[in-house]
Amino acid sequence: MPERQDATKPFEPKIVAFFCNWCTYTAADLAGIARLTYAPNGRIVRLMCSGRLDPQFVLTAFREGAEGVLIGGCHPGDCHYQEGNYKALRRYTLLKKLLQAMGIEEERVRLEWISASEGDRVQKAMNEMAAAIRKLGPLHLEPVPKPHPMKASPPEVTAVEGGTR
Amino acid sequence: MSKPKVGFYWCASCGGCEEAVVDLAEDVLKVVEAVEIAFWPVALDFKRADVEQMRDGELTVCFVNGAIRTSEQEEMARLLRQKSQMLIAFGSCSQLGGVPGLANLFDREAIFAKVYRQAPSVVNPNGVTPQEQTKVPEGTTTLPTFWDTVRTLDQTVEVDYYLPGCPPPVNLIMNALMAILQGKLPPKGSVLAPDVALCDECPRKRTKPDKLGLKEFKRPHQILIDPEKCLLAQGLLCLGPATRSGCGAPCVRGNMPCTGCLGPTSRVKDYGAKALSAMASTMDSNDEKEITVLMEQLVDPVGTFYRYSLPASLLHRRVRHAQTKGGASA
Repeated sequence: MPERQDATKPFEPKIVAFFCNWCTYTAADLAGIARLTYAPNGRIVRLMCSGRLDPQFVLTAFREGAEGVLIGGCHPGDCHYQEGNYKALRRYTLLKKLLQAMGIEEERVRLEWISASEGDRVQKAMNEMAAAIRKLGPLHLEPVPKPHPMKASPPEVTAVEGGTR
Repeated sequence: MSKPKVGFYWCASCGGCEEAVVDLAEDVLKVVEAVEIAFWPVALDFKRADVEQMRDGELTVCFVNGAIRTSEQEEMARLLRQKSQMLIAFGSCSQLGGVPGLANLFDREAIFAKVYRQAPSVVNPNGVTPQEQTKVPEGTTTLPTFWDTVRTLDQTVEVDYYLPGCPPPVNLIMNALMAILQGKLPPKGSVLAPDVALCDECPRKRTKPDKLGLKEFKRPHQILIDPEKCLLAQGLLCLGPATRSGCGAPCVRGNMPCTGCLGPTSRVKDYGAKALSAMASTMDSNDEKEITVLMEQLVDPVGTFYRYSLPASLLHRRVRHAQTKGGASA
């Protein structure tokens, strides 16, 4: 269940960040070592490659209460697996189009190429994204309805039943 | 020994599912021999009162097709759930929301405005729209409430099994009926169809290249389609790789790409996201600008990838913002 925003505090967005193990995740580590401060809104998920990012992950993040999704991959040409980041880019481009049609603002998903040495870019991306989403406000996804509970469990299935109409 | 009782009902659907039952052809005689049809308002004269008089669980099995979009459909779904030992979501609309589920891009207000006022063929100078209650000299007539959001059957009541397809293929219906009669059913909640992608049974399978590397998506009317070659390899958006098999690929055999009516396999949570992922991966470009241009060719990603499954998707419906109430501007 998505945690509820405390109404007494100003809105702070939850951002799920999918970072590639070989570049952006290491860059986030570097940002930490360098004691760079940045918006604490991110929840980082480490992937082996941005190409591993299934669009279902992004939708699940939104469904579970995220207000934004940040994807971090290697610069074009630098993918540890040759082409994973290009795959991510193709999916991201199309997914963005789909999300817009579903009424989710463009600023809520962002793809950044950040190499292992660019801790400052993690700082910048996270700060910018948190600021943009703070401005947008919470994402109001309507709940998926659950089935109406049955009064009693139905009798065991028997292929033969008596009675006439 | 009396026969097991069977019911058929429709909610928000087109009637194609009922047609599929007729498509059983002479096999329908075997069905009629084995079961007693106790409720099928489309074909036989039964009323809601007949169902209300039944004992709980009197129907051995009830097949419900169509999505749930009005209060009456929900009432019927609940009533039939109560009277049936086994409830089967029959067809895409019931299982995933189907084509009527695309209404989740809009809401009731927008739909009424379009249908009763703005559509070019409508002449309605007084702006008359359906009312839930209307006073007439004889008393008050009522209509069911039309909801903002379309639901699947299993978002309304508990469902035991799913028969996928738009409409479900005849062989799957027959297999399901036989399995029910012989008591050889898979675990509750199963989709009664094979659990592999359509490409697996596609007659064009061997012509599918390992790497598709498309530079352009084409639409069926734009090219002369080669009847032997993989449709994806020809640049047509065929959703076979993301769609459950079991239909025997009649669309592909008819030279038309798969649109995904059998829905996802059991490993997939959100059909549209997975189909989108598969299609984006077929494109051959590593250039940001070119990728944007290529993806622009897919003018309607929701209608393409969620054609049969928007209400069952993770997002369920279009997000409504206070200022844009009414739905998509498109």
